[in-house]
Amino acid sequence: MLGKTAGSLFWMARYLERSENNARLIDAGFRIALTRSSTAAAEWKSVLVTAGVNQAFQAAHGDYSSARVIDFLLRDPANPSSILSVIRQARDNARTARTALTRETWEAVNTSWMTLTALLKRQVREDDLPDVLTTIRQQSAQVRGALNGTMLRNDGYHFALLGTYLERADNTARILDVKYYLLLPSVAHIGTSIDNVQWETILRSVSAHRAYRWLYGAEISALKIAEFLILYPQMPRSLAFCSERMENHLAQLQRHYGEETEAWRLAHALSHEKLNAPIQSIFDGGLHQYVTGFLRDTANLARQVERDYRFVE
Amino acid sequence: MNSQEGETRSPYRDYCGWFEAEDVARIQHKAVQAEALFRTTGITFNVYGAVDGDERLIPFDVVPRIISASEWRRLSRGIEQRVRALNAFLYDIYHRQEILRAGRVPTDLIAGNAAFLPMMMGLDPPGGIYTHISGTDIVRTGANEFYVLEDNARTPSGVSYMLENRETMLQMFPELFAKVPVREVSDYPINLLKSLAACAPPACGGTPTVAVLTPGIHNSAYYEHSYLADHMGAELVEGHDLRVVDGRVAMRTTQGYKAIDVIYRRVDDDFLDPLNFRPDSMLGVPGIWDVYRAGGITIANAPGTGIADDKALYSYMPDIIEFYTGEKALLPNVPTWRCSEPEHLREVLDRLPELVVKEVHGSGGYGMLVGPAASKKELAAFRAKLEANPSNYIAQPTLSLSTVPIFTKKGLAPRHVDLRPFVLMSPQGITITPGGLTRVAMTRGSLVVNSSQGGGTKDTWVLED
Repeated sequence: MLGKTAGSLFWMARYLERSENNARLIDAGFRIALTRSSTAAAEWKSVLVTAGVNQAFQAAHGDYSSARVIDFLLRDPANPSSILSVIRQARDNARTARTALTRETWEAVNTSWMTLTALLKRQVREDDLPDVLTTIRQQSAQVRGALNGTMLRNDGYHFALLGTYLERADNTARILDVKYYLLLPSVAHIGTSIDNVQWETILRSVSAHRAYRWLYGAEISALKIAEFLILYPQMPRSLAFCSERMENHLAQLQRHYGEETEAWRLAHALSHEKLNAPIQSIFDGGLHQYVTGFLRDTANLARQVERDYRFVE
Repeated sequence: MNSQEGETRSPYRDYCGWFEAEDVARIQHKAVQAEALFRTTGITFNVYGAVDGDERLIPFDVVPRIISASEWRRLSRGIEQRVRALNAFLYDIYHRQEILRAGRVPTDLIAGNAAFLPMMMGLDPPGGIYTHISGTDIVRTGANEFYVLEDNARTPSGVSYMLENRETMLQMFPELFAKVPVREVSDYPINLLKSLAACAPPACGGTPTVAVLTPGIHNSAYYEHSYLADHMGAELVEGHDLRVVDGRVAMRTTQGYKAIDVIYRRVDDDFLDPLNFRPDSMLGVPGIWDVYRAGGITIANAPGTGIADDKALYSYMPDIIEFYTGEKALLPNVPTWRCSEPEHLREVLDRLPELVVKEVHGSGGYGMLVGPAASKKELAAFRAKLEANPSNYIAQPTLSLSTVPIFTKKGLAPRHVDLRPFVLMSPQGITITPGGLTRVAMTRGSLVVNSSQGGGTKDTWVLED
């Protein structure tokens, strides 16, 4: 397989995952903006920071009105992470890697692009926003379904899934990075529960507010939320789950090519060292430092994959 | 479809029987479905110069164009003869130039031609093949009258439409194929792969590695490039995936550089090698030319084949065929006036309103004049261009092209068509896929079938014997 093709599959999957994650972030932010207008601006700011586009937003707009932020996140061509920009990049990468995709997978990506481009042609009215966000997530699910159902389990498949889990781990870590300050005081004062709406927002942004309740019941504690998002191995958006999958796909690639890579070593260390500690010790060492360190590690891992498999010259 | 007496021509008989029993609304519905299918598949093209950079669909018509077995036998013999002559002409022009010495083709037509590549002189392409892939544009003017409109020996495009049109028809009207015996076209990609592999260079050891070179996803024919690579099981490479390693052209894989034996390039000669041709080209591979000279890679089509499909040379094709095959051309040329010759120019200027005038190096239907359809003002403007630079033009009579039916909201309606069969050539022989791409002028009365000018396509059926 061409290095460029491997890179395009990896990035196609990252962009698709990003569109889904951003739709979830908008959904969570929108809920808070509706129910708590006093904190809406702060909440939108944290959504923009999580998506990594706060500076771009400020340069273009300035104040955090719901309508402006939502339009920026959905459609603004000046925002490289807007849903429109991201889905276009996913499709461009899919076209570049066309020969490595099944017809079903390609058509699912192309259909996503056509559907979302048509859906986001004009500014979305607030009443329509929930439907639009649902469609974005459904499109992403269709691509995943086609990929899972039709692709050979060869190198191309592993590059795509590696991209998916890397992007997802990065996204969950960013949410923690932006929201960690909400979790800290309640840990320091055991017994004080954190703001209900706030923790629900965090869980909503990873589509896990119900899963949490099934698992932990009514007990809402910062420690448990952090444990759930960082260490819980069955939670498909937790750092531990994503890291284990990354390690696994890199191991499969090693087997496929019969060659050991530095990237696998990094992923192995991430999964077996960084994510093999009790939650209390993570808090003791500083949640913020921990998450920042994780983000640095995944960025390094991405660069190493690019080098090991010759995505670019 | 109908003869001059108004009867249904025999190849269409079975189809018409089916059509007449069909519900028009159902066909209408299928036509809409077909369009959605094309969009989902991504068979779109970018129009050069369009402001919005929108991707467009080439209109697809659901009524097939049908050719009988005997008509096809005649056509394919003529095409094969022509392609053989073109390849022989290219070999000669880049070696001893016997045809120039014999005075059958004027020397200055070659020497002064931008499509002639002096660097190819004396070079033997692997297997002696120049035109691995060619497309011969054919028009019909009567029951037994076919003319060759032009030869495409550089990088003829459209074959993916031929294949997808058939695929679409099979999905839309499967029952039709049980009623009418139509010859398959789907083995084109595998024939292409075999044909390219048969031209592997001396440096190839073992099974040849074939790759398709594309300018990238923004090229208007990118869909076709990826389609062909995908269906051949070949890598689709761009210039930046390639470099010269140890005297071979190699592609960057996840496991390092791997040598390529045959490259089916869909970029023009000028862009092939920035070291030897255009220094600003980002599409090619620095040094590929030196590898080619040393027998390290096969380039298909060979560099310099453009001289064979140059419009200035077209009018000499009957002589070229006779010179190399010793036979008369089986398929006639359209009579052509060379405006470079004063007496031809005079006649062209006199009869301008009834002629079609084309630029010698033009393509895609740009920059041409269709006399009968032009306004007085357009004719005057073109007259001035002709007088200023006569050798830039050739002229042909406006042929009374045959029509075939297309499906419109008001039922079947006649439209003008041409036909581009695709021809593969290797040392093992010539393969012509039965049929080809039928392009159709969607506007009533129009003679321009180019997709860039609003032309459409339809499936082309060659019937079994």
